[in-house]
Amino acid sequence: MEEREVVVIGAGPAGLSAALEAARAGAHVLLVDENSKPGGQLFKQIHKFFGSHEHRAGVRGIDIGTQLLEEAERLDIEVWLDAEACGIFNTTDVWIVRNKEKSVTVRAKRIILATGAVENSVNFPGWSLPGVMGAGAAQTMINLHRVLPGQKILMVGSGNVGIIVSYQLLQAGADVKAVVEAAPRLGGYGVHTAKVRRAGVPFYTSHTVLEARGTDHVESATIVQLDDKWKPIPGTEKELDVDTICIAAGLTPLVELAFAAGCEPLYSPLLGGMVPWHDRSMATSIPTIYLAGDISGVEEASTAMEEGRMAGLSAAYSLGYVDRETYAVGFDAAEKRMLALRSGMFGQKRRDAKAAIVGHSRG
Amino acid sequence: METKDTYEKGLKITGAPSLDELHASPCYQLPPKERRALAAVIECIEGIPCNPCETSCPVGAITVGDEITNLPVVDFEKCTGCGICVAACPGLAIYLKKYEFKENLSYIAFPFEYLPLPPEGATVQMVDRYGEYVCDGTVLRVVKIKRMDRTTVVHVSYPNDYYERVVNMKRLPAN
Ligand SMILES: Cc1cc2nc3c(=O)[nH]c(=O)nc-3n(C[C@H](O)[C@H](O)[C@H](O)COP(=O)(O)OP(=O)(O)OC[C@H]3O[C@@H](n4cnc5c(N)ncnc54)[C@H](O)[C@@H]3O)c2cc1C
Ligand code: SF4
Ligand code: SF4
Repeated sequence: MEEREVVVIGAGPAGLSAALEAARAGAHVLLVDENSKPGGQLFKQIHKFFGSHEHRAGVRGIDIGTQLLEEAERLDIEVWLDAEACGIFNTTDVWIVRNKEKSVTVRAKRIILATGAVENSVNFPGWSLPGVMGAGAAQTMINLHRVLPGQKILMVGSGNVGIIVSYQLLQAGADVKAVVEAAPRLGGYGVHTAKVRRAGVPFYTSHTVLEARGTDHVESATIVQLDDKWKPIPGTEKELDVDTICIAAGLTPLVELAFAAGCEPLYSPLLGGMVPWHDRSMATSIPTIYLAGDISGVEEASTAMEEGRMAGLSAAYSLGYVDRETYAVGFDAAEKRMLALRSGMFGQKRRDAKAAIVGHSRG
Repeated sequence: METKDTYEKGLKITGAPSLDELHASPCYQLPPKERRALAAVIECIEGIPCNPCETSCPVGAITVGDEITNLPVVDFEKCTGCGICVAACPGLAIYLKKYEFKENLSYIAFPFEYLPLPPEGATVQMVDRYGEYVCDGTVLRVVKIKRMDRTTVVHVSYPNDYYERVVNMKRLPAN
């Protein structure tokens, strides 16, 4: 059996940051990702990030991704791409399938799970027609593959993902016909909605998509207004001439590996559903397994990077790579930057939800 | 069609801040008509954790402060109208304005991340916060420099009558 000190699963912003931190501390790290390119969601984020200078605010996600990869190369971190982690046994053994053909088991002293999240779907008549897709999928198509999924878009969901992807679809040359939001108020940052609105895109709050029509692809969509009990109001249907319907209805942490390994679950609706319990150091109920990023509760790339640093540092410390003082200084700095991101009217709820997880007594 | 009533519903309903919301926010200040230089105008009224506007300004004219969710506020005394913050703001929430830079014409310099870019001298359609056409404008400069990292800043003149209402221009059709 192969052996490594730290195996990081998922090479998104969280996994990359965790791997870098652990390697910097001196640990031998193996980073695995099922994709043929590392970076997770980062390389789709062509917009400038929020935050402060320490969070690399004002830098585009894609450029942050490139910087992280260059650092990983400098530190000589071992990376396996096209490598899917399929199971964790005995709290230390990671079963990995490489290139869809070779099965390898790696014994790790510490495992850091940074598998991210999956997009939620919304079901409605016609939802299986070609042209109905996740907003993240549309973003992958335009920003990674440079293919416009359609010309006339309906966006369902007004959180930051829905709004940012709407903006990027406009940049890619599509027409966004409408953004519908089931809640009575828009979800995403006002500065994002404002730039989409001034491009002429109408927002419909208290509205949802009722039906997609078409024979072999989406040819139109019906939207409808919702009452205060979120029930469709008859007579308020509106037909929109669209060929693509993007769903941005939230993300769910990708937790299967954690739960199959036996990590204790906890329900946190605000952070996307079931998440593995973890402590402040990002350790799960299984002391050899750590978490970072969306798997520990859906947030954003900037928080994922801080959590990655915290998890990587904690794992290295637990292996004896850094002394207590160095650990405390590095960890506290990352945590402080993290708390700054979890502040204000948007962040405070996440901060409370995270505190509830860490504060939850186990057993 | 949108009515005035829709406009007044505000940021969390229409997607765009209403004038009432802007006027009630300490962040938004329209440069006074008598001011001679361009000045930065910020429309970022929610207190998001963010401060590149503050850190990018070479003369310290924008203050967010230690709490990064504070609203950014411009000090017109210090602002030179250089435009660096316009491209640095990830929210594309800052533009420069000046009333009557030339007879009956105001000046705006706004961030623009769409292609194609307008050529200098072109007549473009100016829009309000809702994307509605307001008036024509004339492109004076199209600034695209490396440190602005692919955010172009377009400088346009437009009639004084729409000094406050205009915030950007319509996207141009692909050519
Ligand atoms: C459409 C969209 C737009 C977004 N826009 C922004 C934004 O503008 N700003 C922002 O800050 N955040 C944004 N986010 C959120 C941000 O992308 C995520 O919070 C962040 O990427 C989470 O990082 P992560 O490393 O936890 O997960 P990810 O980036 O999702 O990376 C996880 C990686 O793990 C891999 N993986 C999963 N399971 C396995 C396995 N079993 N074996 C091997 N590999 C595996 C995945 O393929 C992936 O590469 C957006 C998210 C989406 C979906
Ligand atoms: S325009 Fe220049 S001087 Fe004025 S606030 Fe912006 S960066 Fe500072
Ligand atoms: S940089 Fe832009 S989005 Fe960020 S706080 Fe300043 S004005 Fe708001």
